[in-house]
Amino acid sequence: MKYVLIIGARSDLGREIARLFAGNGFGVYLAARQSAGLAAECEHLKIRYGVQAKTVECDLRDFSSHAPLYGSLHPKPEGAVCVVGYLGSEDKAKTDFTEARQIMETNFVGCVSILNAVAEDFEKRGEGFIIGVSSVAGDRGRRKTCIYGSAKAGFTAYLSGLRNRLHRHGVRVLTVKPGWMDTKMTEGMNLPPLFTAQPEDAARDVFRAWQKGKDVVYTKWMWRYIMWVIVHIPERIFKKMDL
Amino acid sequence: MNAAAVKKRIANWGNYPVVEAEVARLETEERLAGLLSRPMIARGMGRCYGDASLGERVLSTLPHDRFLSFDEGTGDLECQAGTVLGTIVETFVPRGWFLPVTPGTRFVTVGGAISADVHGKNHHIDGSFCRHVRSLRVMTADGGIVNCSQNENAELFDTVCGGMGLAGIILSAVIRLKKVETPYVRQETVKAKDLGEVMDLFERSADWPYSVAWIDCLSGSGRALMIRGAHATREEALGLPVSGAKTPSLNVPFFLPSFALNGVSVKLFNALYYAKARRGVTTAITGYESFFYPLDGVQNWNRIYGRRGFVQYQLVLPKEQSRAGIAAVLKRVADAGQGSFLAVLKLLGKGEHLLSFPMEGYTLALDFPITKNLFGLLDELDAIVLRHGGRLYLAKDARMNAGTFNKGYANADAFRARKAKFDPRGVFQSLQSKRLHI
Ligand SMILES: Cc1cc2nc3c(=O)[nH]c(=O)nc-3n(C[C@H](O)[C@H](O)[C@H](O)COP(=O)(O)OP(=O)(O)OC[C@H]3O[C@@H](n4cnc5c(N)ncnc54)[C@H](O)[C@@H]3O)c2cc1C
Ligand SMILES: NC(=O)c1ccc[n+]([C@@H]2O[C@H](COP(=O)([O-])OP(=O)(O)OC[C@H]3O[C@@H](n4cnc5c(N)ncnc54)[C@H](OP(=O)(O)O)[C@@H]3O)[C@@H](O)[C@H]2O)c1
Repeated sequence: MKYVLIIGARSDLGREIARLFAGNGFGVYLAARQSAGLAAECEHLKIRYGVQAKTVECDLRDFSSHAPLYGSLHPKPEGAVCVVGYLGSEDKAKTDFTEARQIMETNFVGCVSILNAVAEDFEKRGEGFIIGVSSVAGDRGRRKTCIYGSAKAGFTAYLSGLRNRLHRHGVRVLTVKPGWMDTKMTEGMNLPPLFTAQPEDAARDVFRAWQKGKDVVYTKWMWRYIMWVIVHIPERIFKKMDL
Repeated sequence: MNAAAVKKRIANWGNYPVVEAEVARLETEERLAGLLSRPMIARGMGRCYGDASLGERVLSTLPHDRFLSFDEGTGDLECQAGTVLGTIVETFVPRGWFLPVTPGTRFVTVGGAISADVHGKNHHIDGSFCRHVRSLRVMTADGGIVNCSQNENAELFDTVCGGMGLAGIILSAVIRLKKVETPYVRQETVKAKDLGEVMDLFERSADWPYSVAWIDCLSGSGRALMIRGAHATREEALGLPVSGAKTPSLNVPFFLPSFALNGVSVKLFNALYYAKARRGVTTAITGYESFFYPLDGVQNWNRIYGRRGFVQYQLVLPKEQSRAGIAAVLKRVADAGQGSFLAVLKLLGKGEHLLSFPMEGYTLALDFPITKNLFGLLDELDAIVLRHGGRLYLAKDARMNAGTFNKGYANADAFRARKAKFDPRGVFQSLQSKRLHI
């Protein structure tokens, strides 16, 4: 059985992606903090899809644990999906560096740390795929998501670099850029339904993009065009705007 | 949910009423206990038609949707309450199991099926959904978690089953699936020239596991088509794909009362009716989906009624009163020229819990788009139903008054007493429960 490693498996998007892979015959490693809480999800995957499923304890900010964590996986996964994210509070992050740091470490540094371990193995094996969930917020820095957006921009650039590095070794890298999603992260926010993806729909977009071998996917699809416009606004105008 | 939670506009299947509600999600049981300080109502797929799962504060059970265990020997499936019946069917039909009871759509949750004690086309034989529930885990109003079944905490079990979400939040349930040999159904379609004939047909079809009939409301006589079925055996399904997937549609794609309004379904009905052999019986082997869930193929068909929405009016009358009562209802509807052209008729067995809808007799369901004159007409129908000793289905209701409820449900006060016992602070409240003073 082929396995996929889902990093951030408790997230709403992560759990839907895990189910899609399980539904397509993949065994699943569910990696998260307090992973014991995912035991029921494991049982579900086994009964529902008849695949193997295991929990893996993983704190993305505990950098030194990542290489041993990956080393402990047997069999080695065929693919890895990194869905971890932390929106945090931009306001707080302005004055409280611990908050800013948590945002950067969760959305960027930690992702690099764990995916480096994965990439090393896939490169050697000459096979595998990596799916990284970044964000449209990384396409252009904005006042309201200055720290989060810059961390995601870093992650987007990392994924693009990784794709460039691994392509020649037969390893595929998919960058996912969600716009808004109706998940725990955005609970309590008033998001316009038309532009907001349900996690199961976003997961389907991701899965389809993976099947088609795409490099970058936006979800919902219209965010590709929204971001095209936003990215092309001249900086001298953009700096005065309040998006 | 944070203090300044956002409100969402939500409505159930009839798109009436539409409410602004705070929506919390059932993520973990620990978190749920912390949400019980203010009134709320559980909501699954929102497939009840009216306001039974609407309120100012709604708890979506959909994230709580996992299978927890399955016993291959007995067919006992333990799953969380937000599990959708369609997921159960998709998983277990290929392994030779089927739901013991299923409503006419697979897009309902286990919690919703238990709370409305839903019935299927096999009610006359297998009873309703809750008969097949082995045990439940329920969070009561005080935040405690109680295991209950017919033997353990039986009073709570009896109150939660068919309790419309008013006695506690169902967290998980053990239901017993039944074995089937194939994913197919052997189906017979039989025509009947009037109400009397179709009722005789129901009596004579009592041995068929599944039966239901469609009545042509425009015909005056109540002419009808009955569809009866049984799970196909291996021999009967010989040569068909074992998986059941990609079943060629062997039967006529069916219509619902709801499609009736655009007239197309009536033409279909007529075509079907006249196409029958003189003996009036046609047989087919059909996939389980088209037999049990003919409408699920048409997503969001409820929208054909437009923004104002519609109500489904489902009544049941005691057997002795059924013929006269149903004829009176159909006549009043035809005179008013308002209802659907087609209606669904079914023979039910006894109800088993305090607020269970079924009683021994016939149930009839009709759709009505919301119009200015509708509510007056429905009040008149209520009077006919009560006069014949019947009642209305809470899962379909959006408008009956407390008087109609009290007269129709003999156990209304007994239920109120139980509710007071298990939920003294009135934590579980829906728009419907407030309207009906439950
Ligand atoms: C096309 C169609 C066909 C139908 N056919 C039939 C049929 O043949 N027979 C039949 O009986 N019904 C039928 N129904 C009605 C439907 O089966 C019921 O209304 C069912 O209760 C809907 O389940 P739900 O998950 O959508 O729950 P909702 O509609 O969201 O809620 C229904 C009730 O269940 C309660 N509830 C939901 N989850 C929980 C929980 N976890 N704990 C406590 N309470 C809970 C709610 O508070 C509410 O009172 C049909 C509906 C449609 C749309
Ligand atoms: N929701 C949106 O509108 C939106 C928009 C654009 C991009 N995204 C991105 O989409 C991805 C999925 O997010 P989501 O919307 O599904 O939100 P979510 O449910 O809040 O998921 C975020 C997950 O990250 C995990 N996490 C945070 N810090 C961690 C750490 N130090 N170690 C391990 N795990 C950690 C959380 O774990 P716990 O469960 O343990 O807290 C949580 O499961 C994220 O990368 C997010 O940035 C979301």
